[in-house]
Amino acid sequence: MAKSVSQKIIGLNGDEAVAFAAKQANVDVVAAYPITPQTIIVEKFGEYVANGEVDTKFVCVESEHSALSACVGSSLAGSRVFTATSSQGLALMHEVLYLASGLRTPIVMAVANRALSAPINIHNDHSDMMGSRDCGWIQIYAENAQEAYDWTLQAFKIAEDHEVLLPVTVNLDGFTISHAMEGVAVLKDDEIANFLGKRRPLYKVDTSNPMTFGACALADYYMEFKRQQVEAMSNAPSVITEVADGFEKISGRRYSAISPFNVEDADVALVCLGSVAGTARWVASRLRSRGKHVGVVKISQYRPFPTMELAKVLSNVQDVAVIDRAVSFGAPYGPLCSDIASLKALTAIHTRISNIICGLGGRDVRPTDIESVFEKALRRAAGEAVDEPVSFLGVRA
Amino acid sequence: MVTLKELPAQELFGPGHRMCSGCGAAATARITLKALEKPAIIVNATGCLEVSGTIYPDTAWKLPWVHALFEDTAAVASGIEASLQKEGKAEDVDIIAFGGDGGTFDIGIQALSGALERRDDFTYICYDNEAYMNTGIQRSGATPYGAATTTTPAGSKIPGKTDAKKDFIGVCVAHGVEYAATASVAYWNDYITKVRRAVAVKGPAVIHVLAPCPLGWRFETSETIKLAKLAVQTRYFPLYEVENGKYKLSMKVPKPVPLEEFLKPQGRFRHLFAPEFTKNLCEFRRQVEHNWNRIAQLCGGESIQIASPACQTVG
Repeated sequence: MAKSVSQKIIGLNGDEAVAFAAKQANVDVVAAYPITPQTIIVEKFGEYVANGEVDTKFVCVESEHSALSACVGSSLAGSRVFTATSSQGLALMHEVLYLASGLRTPIVMAVANRALSAPINIHNDHSDMMGSRDCGWIQIYAENAQEAYDWTLQAFKIAEDHEVLLPVTVNLDGFTISHAMEGVAVLKDDEIANFLGKRRPLYKVDTSNPMTFGACALADYYMEFKRQQVEAMSNAPSVITEVADGFEKISGRRYSAISPFNVEDADVALVCLGSVAGTARWVASRLRSRGKHVGVVKISQYRPFPTMELAKVLSNVQDVAVIDRAVSFGAPYGPLCSDIASLKALTAIHTRISNIICGLGGRDVRPTDIESVFEKALRRAAGEAVDEPVSFLGVRA
Repeated sequence: MVTLKELPAQELFGPGHRMCSGCGAAATARITLKALEKPAIIVNATGCLEVSGTIYPDTAWKLPWVHALFEDTAAVASGIEASLQKEGKAEDVDIIAFGGDGGTFDIGIQALSGALERRDDFTYICYDNEAYMNTGIQRSGATPYGAATTTTPAGSKIPGKTDAKKDFIGVCVAHGVEYAATASVAYWNDYITKVRRAVAVKGPAVIHVLAPCPLGWRFETSETIKLAKLAVQTRYFPLYEVENGKYKLSMKVPKPVPLEEFLKPQGRFRHLFAPEFTKNLCEFRRQVEHNWNRIAQLCGGESIQIASPACQTVG
């Protein structure tokens, strides 16, 4: 355990916490466009700029497409770069997401997760990020404002590492995290400056060393570029661990790809991303006190997917209930459950899997909902035939 | 005006690129780089110039060159400029964004509009070959009325494009840009002067260059410069500058060459000379006259009525 570190605790909502982290990371360029529920991040950053609290170049672009494009330009020019978006904004960025990862530009982007149209909806689910999950970005999901702050800081160091050089999204559930005020323990500016250092670009757009960025690679070279991205992604976990070590030293808080809770002797485990993990742990604790062997696994590092870590913690669990806050239309499972199901093919685990689609478009996921998920899983673990493998929780009949 | 002897011998857009012979866009890029007097960074929209210059592992560009996407060239240039500003190097480097007419008039105009409104400091050069040439000659907002393209072919009922060319410089001027100009690859010294004026501006500047395309316009590859000249001399493509909103003709054309001399060598206009499409040829002529008069008036000149006897008989 790390030494206890004294830190100031201030009241911040998730968006403010992310904006504060970007400010403390001393980013060179922010290019962004407002969209609910991310807007507070750009507003807050605008305030820092207007009050002279940062010397960041703040480019208020005319669309999310241009926001991320400007970030790509700045990152290629060697800057530390930050942006933020949600929902339709992320969807509008779609082709630029692939550009950023393909050009190996370190960029940190907060995504305040929100449902996609139609119908138009401003509230939380994960359909925005899941719609772009194969874009080649490292994808982190925060559980609360503290995690959003801590992961944003770590994300710069991960993205800019020469073994990685990939963009990173830090996902925070819209409204549930983005707009909910919490006590957030914040570090001192100089501690962060020491932790992050200045970005040292491996290559950059530089008139004293002319290089071509964004060349056309056809059938003879394209695959090698993609394979290098795969390798960068596979280099990421050890870099993320190193960064977590350094962050623990200054903050006393330890982050890892997954956070198992009471899983060692569990008959059933619930696997989830984001803010629902807190509710799930609370319910699991109550069920424990009633003698039920249930646990929770929160996934923080969704891409690269922590396959072996998950297989290890789930190896003795009889039944796994996977919470998806997005639909993969026409697919056997929701997106997260598809990944969990692939564990059975890739590893030695033989657990049964069920998929619960819930919380779409901001539909509340209540403790009683989670309790019903556990109860069903326990009955299934006991050999009872329960439900279909994919169920929609809390939807009208 | 600059003389040939004063231009650098160095070729920064190297021989070895894969542009077609007689390509107006390649000439535009080459002359642009000869005009530059400071180190420069090039941002290039998807298109002929982009794809033909950098087929990995080769590159024809001997200066920093960035290609992102089709429609985001201005935004990428803004991002690079923001970085240079942050580093305090913005004054020492020119940023040139190149886009074709598709990447500029159409799909990239939103990003360009944003950059112009923010007054980001770079020079945007549109090489206009009047259609989506890289994908095989489809119509764009810069394709002139009547031109046959693969999406507006010269059919038996509809003879080519039915809509007029967009006033791109007008769009830029409406943003309050300090410097905007049209240019032609045929008048290289006029173009070089304009590039130098554009990069000297603090804030965005725009140059719209007519860059004939032998493949898309269907003419002999040896005729590029001749056609670029005829476009100006027939008043089809007026050369002018707009400094702080004030229009100024760069080249007066008191005795225009007959429009047919520009149109006839080009396969894309051949159908307009069929008897059944005489009306369309007249409409083409009317649009050229209208545009010339509009620009001439903006430049403080008199509106000039050009006698079009062939059209008067058509009614």
